[in-house]
Amino acid sequence: MSTATGALAAPTTLRDPAARGRFGAAVVALVVLWPLLALAEFRPWVFFEGSNWQVMENFLAGFLPPATNLDFLALLGKATLETLAIATAGIALAFVVAAPLAVLATRSLSVSRIGPGPGRGPGAAARTVTRGVLTVLRAIPEVVWALVFVRALGLGPGAGVLALAVTYGGMLGKVYTEILESGDTRSARALLEAGSGRLGALFYALVPSTAQELASYTVYRWECAVRASVVMGFVGAGGLGQLMDQSMKMLNGGEASTILLTFLLLVLLADVMSALIRRVLA
Amino acid sequence: MSAPIAGRVDASTDAWRPCWACLGLALALACAVVASFAYLAVDWRQLFSGESMRLMLKFVREFFPPDLSPAFVAKAAWGALQTFAVAAIGTLLSVVAGGALALPAAGRFGLAARLAARLVLNLLRSVPELVWAALMVIAAGLGPFAGTLALALHTTGVLGRLYAESLENAAAQPERALREAGSGRIAAFAYATLPLVTAQGVAYALYRLEMNIRMAAVLGFVGAGGLGQMLYFHLSIFQQAQAATLLGAMFLLVFAVDSLSAFVRARLAPAHG
Repeated sequence: MSTATGALAAPTTLRDPAARGRFGAAVVALVVLWPLLALAEFRPWVFFEGSNWQVMENFLAGFLPPATNLDFLALLGKATLETLAIATAGIALAFVVAAPLAVLATRSLSVSRIGPGPGRGPGAAARTVTRGVLTVLRAIPEVVWALVFVRALGLGPGAGVLALAVTYGGMLGKVYTEILESGDTRSARALLEAGSGRLGALFYALVPSTAQELASYTVYRWECAVRASVVMGFVGAGGLGQLMDQSMKMLNGGEASTILLTFLLLVLLADVMSALIRRVLA
Repeated sequence: MSAPIAGRVDASTDAWRPCWACLGLALALACAVVASFAYLAVDWRQLFSGESMRLMLKFVREFFPPDLSPAFVAKAAWGALQTFAVAAIGTLLSVVAGGALALPAAGRFGLAARLAARLVLNLLRSVPELVWAALMVIAAGLGPFAGTLALALHTTGVLGRLYAESLENAAAQPERALREAGSGRIAAFAYATLPLVTAQGVAYALYRLEMNIRMAAVLGFVGAGGLGQMLYFHLSIFQQAQAATLLGAMFLLVFAVDSLSAFVRARLAPAHG
């Protein structure tokens, strides 16, 4: 143990052995960060310039107290139901889009990957194409999809539901694939090697070990869909987003804060649901 | 072997017992979905009628061919860079703020601080990014800075909660060992617990970066700069050819960031959770 005696002999100054690497990384990070900060026009001091802070303060002061008159609460209840319905229908359709694509794109469910066989090339090509489809679905913002579907269904919740279905279908599909590939895939491989089909391997090997994660991500996406109703306000889909838009345009802070509290409640509801589903699946 | 979801086989009697809670849950979810579709009462037949198919196709066809003149492509590239900057800085700020809030939220400073921090995180998370952006535009003026702050505020709520959970799930023994050997609180945290959660934390941050890239594009619609603002501008004056170029740029950006992030995450994560 020569190193131990060496360390004992000269312990006059304690040095972090990783210090040099960390310093280098910090310098590189700063060099990359500077242009990014410039591009994002990062200027925190604008808050304190002139009357900006005052304007914000006045605006936020209008948020208190939250509006509680019955007429508004009735409107809010209806809008909340609409938002919940749009989010639920959108996620249901998104699941229908995502599940088959995810099964197609999952590498650990590929029969042709197991051994040298004629299907290897086409299999890999099919996975690449599926991944490309998923990327296209999720790279185009939901607002643009909504604008396409408005052409067919007119202003209303239908375009919103379809836009959610397409964008969130792409996202769910990608994340399902990642979850299915990141777990322990040996059981799936064993089943496939013993001659089981894709779906058998999916339901008997991959889903049991990843069900909780898949479910909690789906619930999280539902929560995002609830928030995305703000975007859906753009295509007149109704719901909380449209109400929020009206309140903000009329500078009615009290109503806006009641709506934001509703969002908070819905997010807490999503948390409870996620915990419940995870417990049932455990 | 246990059957997938709806029940399990009892090993001792070899009998299949249904899982009533799972069946109930599945039934409740199915009811919720049916009720949602019934409540919205959208006439879906319209979607498949020849007339609306024609209208949608016409709208989509207007996007082709995309405007590929060098001047506009350069503009789109600049917009993509700005969108990336907004998402990256927003994510970075929220990693710092979320990390700071995660410490009290993981219960390191007592119960009162834990509840207060969780409330703040939930508030930050439940306000949609677009609403944050609208508020920040009032405070900081139109431009990418408002978008950056909006992303940072919302993402702080999300990352703070995830970080608090990983701090709570991390093994406590290494830190206790250091503490009992006489090291200070900060040193014990930095050298025992932090290394345990760093890989997971970076993976979460990269995930959020992927999402924020897309969100930054949408935030442009309220005037927060980047590709979104250009897209909104060209769509509202019916210049679909330019809009198509911007959508292409968005696709490339999303694809590049997702691939990069997946590459880094695959190397970061340990072989098991």
